[in-house]
Amino acid sequence: MSFGSLRRTLFGDPLNTLLSLGVLALLAWSLPALLRWAVLEAQFAADVGACEALDHRGACWGVVAEKARFILLGRYPAEQAWCPVLAALLIIGGWLGAASGRLPGAAVASCLLLPPLLAFPLLGGGFAGLETVPTELWGGLPLTLLLTGAGLAGALPLGIAIAYGRRSSLHLLRALLTAGVELARGIPLVAALFMASFLLPLFFPEGGGLDMLWRVLIAIVLFAAAYLSEIVRGGLQAFPAGQRDAAAALGFSPWQTERWIVLPQVLRQVAPSLANSAIALFKDTSLVTVVSLYELTGSLGLALAGDAQWRPFYLEAWLFIAAIYWIGCSLIARLAQLATRGAAPRPQADPPGN
Amino acid sequence: MPPAFRLLAAAAALALAPLPAFAGKTLDAIKSRGQLACGVSTGVIGFSAADSQGQWKGLDVDVCKAIAAAVLGDPNKVRWVPLSSQQRFTALQSGEVDILSRNTTWSLTRDAGQGLHFAGVTYYDGQGFLVAKKTKVSSAKQLRNAEVCVQSGTTTEKNLADFARAQGIKIKPVVFDKFEASLKAFFSGRCQAYTTDASALAFIRAKEAPNPDDYQVLPELISKEPLGPAVRRGDDEWFAIVKWTVNALIEAEELGITQARVDSLKSSADPSVQRFLGVGEDLGKNLGLDRNWAARAVKAVGNYGEIFNRNLGAESPLKLPRGLNAQWNKGGILYALPLR
Repeated sequence: MSFGSLRRTLFGDPLNTLLSLGVLALLAWSLPALLRWAVLEAQFAADVGACEALDHRGACWGVVAEKARFILLGRYPAEQAWCPVLAALLIIGGWLGAASGRLPGAAVASCLLLPPLLAFPLLGGGFAGLETVPTELWGGLPLTLLLTGAGLAGALPLGIAIAYGRRSSLHLLRALLTAGVELARGIPLVAALFMASFLLPLFFPEGGGLDMLWRVLIAIVLFAAAYLSEIVRGGLQAFPAGQRDAAAALGFSPWQTERWIVLPQVLRQVAPSLANSAIALFKDTSLVTVVSLYELTGSLGLALAGDAQWRPFYLEAWLFIAAIYWIGCSLIARLAQLATRGAAPRPQADPPGN
Repeated sequence: MPPAFRLLAAAAALALAPLPAFAGKTLDAIKSRGQLACGVSTGVIGFSAADSQGQWKGLDVDVCKAIAAAVLGDPNKVRWVPLSSQQRFTALQSGEVDILSRNTTWSLTRDAGQGLHFAGVTYYDGQGFLVAKKTKVSSAKQLRNAEVCVQSGTTTEKNLADFARAQGIKIKPVVFDKFEASLKAFFSGRCQAYTTDASALAFIRAKEAPNPDDYQVLPELISKEPLGPAVRRGDDEWFAIVKWTVNALIEAEELGITQARVDSLKSSADPSVQRFLGVGEDLGKNLGLDRNWAARAVKAVGNYGEIFNRNLGAESPLKLPRGLNAQWNKGGILYALPLR
């Protein structure tokens, strides 16, 4: 933006001038204090004595330095810390690949599906000399990403299937799916998690049954699928019928029509709403702490709540993970933007002979 | 049916009927697993918390370590399961943990209503109030119409309501899910008072108040909070092991058996010390353990006094006085059942 247009935007008329001046005054008033607290007087080394001497006049980022591994990786055994790091990188890499917009459809699907699937054995260990790590020790950012990634990877195909099912001509199927979706949308995620973790184990023999992580993941997949299916259904309803007719006229089978014509367009169209749900899910994973899975917020609690020396500096630690969440959410939003780039109708070549 | 057949049929019926759970199955499970599953908190200073290296420390943690040492011979063979306050009882009932050592108050509804057995009291706590001095409140009875910050999911909230009703005053609880949030709210002036267990209040005032001198802990305790480890019902043998290990830790202090002196005291002439250390009489066989179980427990974590000092008392950041938690012959109410 040129200087001239900036001036017009900010000081074009009396109201804008007033608002701009107000915002500038607010910045001038708050920025120096913020800067002083967050940077100038802050303590960056993991030195609890120095932090206590500061007495909160400056931020104690040392708490992040001291607790970084615990906050980011939770209770995962330190000697195998590279496993969760690699798992997290795989999942993020998969998302980046899926959104690059340069991959064919099948590759996009595998970018979303494969990394979470690979993350399970990687985190679990028990092969190639790796120590077996029970799921209860998984935690921190990799767990947040795994729950989001695996949740989406499971929920998206299921959501698409439900969306088609609800358009089916079978009354019973339609009624069942509608009831299921309404049920899943009618209860809060916390309630679903509580049921998965408190009720289910009482049905199984002592100590037996499904692992907590799996129970929670199933609850998340079912919950997210209900929301995603409605988004996809909305996209399907808005799809112009003419294209289906045209496909039929060209000899496409119904399956081919959906696979090559309808779904690619519908999914692009609803990508912003899907991203919305993905962002919501990313943040909702923090709810799993109530059932004793320690993802990012949970492992922060474990790291700090009982530490007499570092607990007074929890604000800095929370700001740190708030920044992580912000980066994660912006990343998902950006990815959705990239993915929708192809949604705009491409300029068509003029039909020949015209 | 001839009597012989009837007998046979009865025997067959007996053989086919589901066997009653035989005592000691928890102990067998722990031994075959090689690990004690211990339910702890998600972080309570002095009771159970993981340090930066992920090592668990605290009074409740030491109780589990002592039991692991007594049962498995190694205090480090423990699987730590941090549990939220909402989830702790389900985890115990469903068999996810063998013992719940998570600063849990022993009360009738929890003992009888939740299908638990509390194995003893490891810390006598009580609920108190922290107020800003500028509010000029010097007694909890003056908290009329006060807003009190409190954390949800524990007995704290209910005690506050009970106290208000008993005193005939109106108190507005301001409830928070997260500890940090409740504390921040109090120190930023959202509430006139903050309430939680007294063991935590002194530390909060000293370490987390913007200026400790502006705040004071009110003299009244409004509830009794005897904290102790719990096991699930239906396994008396395991219950006995936990109960007597807790008693052994307390008895060790009374007998003067410390972590450092466990081995040298084996030559002691005192019959109680000899019994405790398994030199003469074998007490362990009554519990299904060997004769050195109690000696191993003390060797692993020290006696109750040492555990207290390390985690809550003079050697800890909390610097709590022994108070009620001193031995019965030292002005407290700690009274180990006799190990004989």
